[in-house]
Amino acid sequence: MVALACVALALLAAPASAQRFGAESFTLGNGMQVVVVPNHRIPAVVQMVWYKLGAADDPLGKSGIAHFLEHLMFKGTAANPPGAFTALIARNGGRDNAFTTQDYTAYHETIARDRVDLVMRLEADRMTGLVLDDKVVLPERDVVLEERRMRIDNEPEALLAEQLRATSFLHHPYRNPTIGWVNEIRLLGTEDALAFYRKWYAPNNAIVVIAGDVDLPEVRRLAERYFGPIPSQSLPARVRVEEPQHYAAARLEMKSARAAQPQWNRSYLAPSYRAGETAQAYPLQVLAEILGGGAGSRLYKKLVLDRGLALSVGAHYSPSAIDLAIFGIYATPKPGVSVADVEAAIDGELRQIVRDGVDPDELRRAKERMQAASVYARDSLWGPPNIIGAALAIGQPLDEVETWPDRIGAVTAVEIDNAARSVFVERNSATGVLLPDPTS
Amino acid sequence: MRKSVPALLLLLWASSAGAMAIERVTSPGGIEAWLVEDHTLPVVAIRFAFPGGAALDPPGKGGLAAMTISLLDEGAGPYDTVAFKTRLEDLVADLGFTASRDEVGGSLRSLKANLSEAAGLLRAALTSPRFEPAAIDRVRSEFVTSLSQQAHSPRALSGRLWMRDAFEDHPYGENVDGTLTSVSAITREDLVGFAGQRLRRAGLVIGAVGDIKSEELAGLIDEMFGGLPADSDETAIAEAKPVENGGVLITRRPVPQSAVTFGQIGPKRDDPDWYAARLVNDILGGGGFRGRLMREIREKRGLAYGVSTELVSFRHAGLILGSVATENARVGQSIALIRAEWRRMRDEGPSQAELDLAKDFLVGSFPLSLDTSARVASVLVEVQLENLGIDYLDRRAALLGAVSLDQAKRVAHNLLDPDALSFAVVGDPTDLTPTRTVPDPGL
Repeated sequence: MVALACVALALLAAPASAQRFGAESFTLGNGMQVVVVPNHRIPAVVQMVWYKLGAADDPLGKSGIAHFLEHLMFKGTAANPPGAFTALIARNGGRDNAFTTQDYTAYHETIARDRVDLVMRLEADRMTGLVLDDKVVLPERDVVLEERRMRIDNEPEALLAEQLRATSFLHHPYRNPTIGWVNEIRLLGTEDALAFYRKWYAPNNAIVVIAGDVDLPEVRRLAERYFGPIPSQSLPARVRVEEPQHYAAARLEMKSARAAQPQWNRSYLAPSYRAGETAQAYPLQVLAEILGGGAGSRLYKKLVLDRGLALSVGAHYSPSAIDLAIFGIYATPKPGVSVADVEAAIDGELRQIVRDGVDPDELRRAKERMQAASVYARDSLWGPPNIIGAALAIGQPLDEVETWPDRIGAVTAVEIDNAARSVFVERNSATGVLLPDPTS
Repeated sequence: MRKSVPALLLLLWASSAGAMAIERVTSPGGIEAWLVEDHTLPVVAIRFAFPGGAALDPPGKGGLAAMTISLLDEGAGPYDTVAFKTRLEDLVADLGFTASRDEVGGSLRSLKANLSEAAGLLRAALTSPRFEPAAIDRVRSEFVTSLSQQAHSPRALSGRLWMRDAFEDHPYGENVDGTLTSVSAITREDLVGFAGQRLRRAGLVIGAVGDIKSEELAGLIDEMFGGLPADSDETAIAEAKPVENGGVLITRRPVPQSAVTFGQIGPKRDDPDWYAARLVNDILGGGGFRGRLMREIREKRGLAYGVSTELVSFRHAGLILGSVATENARVGQSIALIRAEWRRMRDEGPSQAELDLAKDFLVGSFPLSLDTSARVASVLVEVQLENLGIDYLDRRAALLGAVSLDQAKRVAHNLLDPDALSFAVVGDPTDLTPTRTVPDPGL
């Protein structure tokens, strides 16, 4: 029923490439969404279970709990004692892992096509059967602290990026790092994890995406058998505070003896697929491509190739968020060039694109590149379920994912000009500068 | 309990390998490539490698192979840098080059519709790179910056320290990207000379995957590589014997977590015991919670986010090499545990259950990893570089499956030497006594 409706919508929107991934979806009686993405190149499947909660749902003072719980989900259940989960999957030639973002938490397994029932049984088991005690929780908290040291505390670039994010959002929880602040990670305990688990882990808050050498009837039969019996539960509202108006541009400078060379970063608050002026989400993706998508982009050509000011420069924008997104620009000055000169050149390019807009030829080329490159997204087992699951987990409909190339193709120069004007606003910006300092 | 899982996995492997038939294609010009046809997507991926890598960089010119390769797509034939990069971007093709110690190589991924034009760009890059002074200057700056980053990164620095210490005077001990001094000494003549001398058809291996038929590929190979000189370059890399002294080197850096590289001599790829060693390595230092080190260091004690080891098979030396990172106050514990597990594995070997699990995983997971065109193309290149034979993928499961417990125990006993195992630590460890400190590694 649901799948039929999606197909109909997609056909209306754009028949040419409406079936980008050919995904089909249905919902179990307990509210769990099931998506099947056919891919018959090798006899394998990827299962991804997405829970609609992330770091932005961490309670105040408990930053890092969503990510910590993701680690603890591997600590066993009554049916599968600690270590059994991964050992069973490995014994069957499979691999498994998980990740947490601001908006969702996902668990995934890759396994031979005839073992899909095993991974489904295991994920269903740990959806409600997790067993935790201090004996396994406390060493894992040390693991998370080591992960944080490795990814962030040992790396000045990552420390500055973390500070910049906390400045880009004044109030919204996106300001907190997904892994958590170190002072709060240290205080997380077994009860915090279990409370969070009981609150959010339920079939009606989950999506399972199965990609690979399977078909819908088989997945439906298995999903009904393993996930179907798990009762739904009442879910708390996902309350997130709203980001207030910004009145002052923020500027951070970090000096570090551990920095190899200066780096420059700028972030602008921007709409996402789900918040702000959502219609700008597609024009902004094309803008990021034109401005800083690759070696032929405006920023690269001007700063790296023409003027020799920077070694690298680029733009990034991902609208895949429930609340506001970031449009980011970064640069590494060429040795001997000041950060101020690089910043001035980038600001010049931004002013120019706001003033003059994009030209029709560069727009056409950018759109063609993005559409053509979307074929590459299908050249892996893991790519399509990852794209689809991330979209559904933030509340995008499936047909919007399937018609992404057409939506990019429909972007006009006027839409990009308007989006650029509304996003590149100084008071909505935060600029971070990293400077090497042998004396600090 | 073994049950019948391995037999099933052998079947799975056979079926997927059967679906992935490898064809030997010879071009009219006499160049060979291996091809896996797959017409499910309008995409073609090609990988290739030339023998002789950074280990052949002349003295004082470290980084020459890497810098030459990096400049190939910075302008070639009729295209200056901007024109080349813009053309490639408009074709939605990815072209990349990399240097390792033993090879230089590259990859091209293109939509089927643009393949012929993308191949023309690859030909230009290989046969008529421009090496314009402005591009050389820019790429040199990129190398200087990257070297500076490596010198500031505890992880990268510990790896470099370990390699330099283990290989002493052999070029394997040098950084592929050179040093600040050596990259400054590289001239345009060096770059032009390298490209002319080393990019040759003799020894070239090619893997192609995707929406292309053999006759079409045959023509394309000549288009891409036919303009290269045919004869071989005589230079050879010398055999190396890494030093293993059981030492603990420390370079002090003001970071909260110490990064550690550790290792000792391992088997080369053509060693008859390689498969047994591969299994022993997985049992000792395999990722994904299978390895003993992961259990002792991460699971039981929370001493690290990850710890793993791997067999590193250079053409002229083998290593078993690992890494771990632990907070400064406890890093000595991690190192002591690694030595203890090294000793236990040497003395007792793996259990039958551990050996079975490692076989099941290594046999079963490999075909599942062949899900992208690029990944399959790199396997085709690796198999050719290692001379494993075009039927290797069909034999791989049996080669691993044939390793007995006795053999695994013997290999563990002969391979692992806890007293020779040496460590390079970068950080500010407080529970560790070094055998040597290297205040300024000058890397």
